[in-house]
Amino acid sequence: MNIKTFIENIEHEFEELEKGTLNPETNYREIEGWSSMHALIIIALIDSEYDILLKGDDLKETQTIQDLFNLVQSKTNNG
Amino acid sequence: MAKFSVENIEIKGIAAAVPSNVYINMNYDWISAKEREMFIKTTGVSKRHVANFGTTTSDLCERATNDLLDKINWKREDIDILIFVSQSRDYVIPSSACILQHKLNLSKSCIAFDLTMGCSGYVYGLSVISSMLNSQLKKGLLLVGDISTLHTSPKDKSTFPLFGDAGTCTAVEFNTNAYKSFYNLQTDGKGYEAIIIRDGGARNYVSETSLKSKKISEGIERNNIQLELNGIDVFNFSLKEITPNINELLSSSGVSKEEIDYFVFHQANKLINESIRKKLKLPLEKVPYSIENYGNTSSASIPITILAALSENLVNQNKKLLLSGFGVGLSWGSVIIDFNNVVCLPIIEMD
Repeated sequence: MNIKTFIENIEHEFEELEKGTLNPETNYREIEGWSSMHALIIIALIDSEYDILLKGDDLKETQTIQDLFNLVQSKTNNG
Repeated sequence: MAKFSVENIEIKGIAAAVPSNVYINMNYDWISAKEREMFIKTTGVSKRHVANFGTTTSDLCERATNDLLDKINWKREDIDILIFVSQSRDYVIPSSACILQHKLNLSKSCIAFDLTMGCSGYVYGLSVISSMLNSQLKKGLLLVGDISTLHTSPKDKSTFPLFGDAGTCTAVEFNTNAYKSFYNLQTDGKGYEAIIIRDGGARNYVSETSLKSKKISEGIERNNIQLELNGIDVFNFSLKEITPNINELLSSSGVSKEEIDYFVFHQANKLINESIRKKLKLPLEKVPYSIENYGNTSSASIPITILAALSENLVNQNKKLLLSGFGVGLSWGSVIIDFNNVVCLPIIEMD
């Protein structure tokens, strides 16, 4: 998996986001209009695309898109 | 493994009543218009029926039952069992089922009791009433529903716009010509705090502090007799457990996915349900929804969905349905059951 596709997937799910808005350093909770609904959408996306089911506690440990990507990657490698 | 089958049981008819008062979620000005749009898009809930203060689940169930009994011509004295499945009973004590036995003029030889269950309650209730009917009883009424809105804080964006109120009645009958139904019921009490009302039971009896509203986070203020819902935990649980539960039920029953005409899921929220649908690779037309106009109606969501979205497809038909309920407890379960000429009443709106 690579972070470019990862970001594109997230941008695709968040319909109100323009392509190219996000980068690895983006703190995803600071995306304009962020709400808990976005967290659910991210969990659903990661589950369907990468077959990794994140818990609430997993998300709490992450701030940026890069953190999120690293988390998914580490779980992929472990699994 | 709680997988089992029940023979000789047929559903005769289903009715439901909802309060006539409708709450439009686009008018929920506790949150911004943008957040409302996002909520509606993600959860699927545009509007929902909300009971007036003082209307109870048993009132809605009573109305649904009276209309259904008239329609299917059942005599009240022939009813052997009434089960009331709800988390919003009339009183802490006694059981609402006993009050309903009296209000519905059922005989004194009728069994009546409550089951305190939520999202999984319809499937659980169906398993209990079916098993008991199969022990030499003839006719039973399964009354299922909740007034969830009573327990939600208007200042809690995670619960208030999600839930709708409804009370339903399903008439269930012993019939030796009926097909076998298959169940897979499960529990994980480790997650009991995911959906909880903390005070008011015996563990934390209601006190002055129970009524004190607290700010939990942005857009979430509630007290301890109001419903608390951990959306992410519930979401995680639903994605993890429901697909395997259904796949195991299909394989243990020997029924193929293609043989099932409709998969009726508890209406948790649209994102959860669509994720489950995609995991199971089910076509949209096999997975009906009611969440848009009724919200998450707790244990009533399966019968409400059947009546709101499937009635026309069930009239004078023989269809195989898989029903699946999941949530508070945590508790979940699925059943494969045949619907043979089931009488489906239009949903009643009650003042």
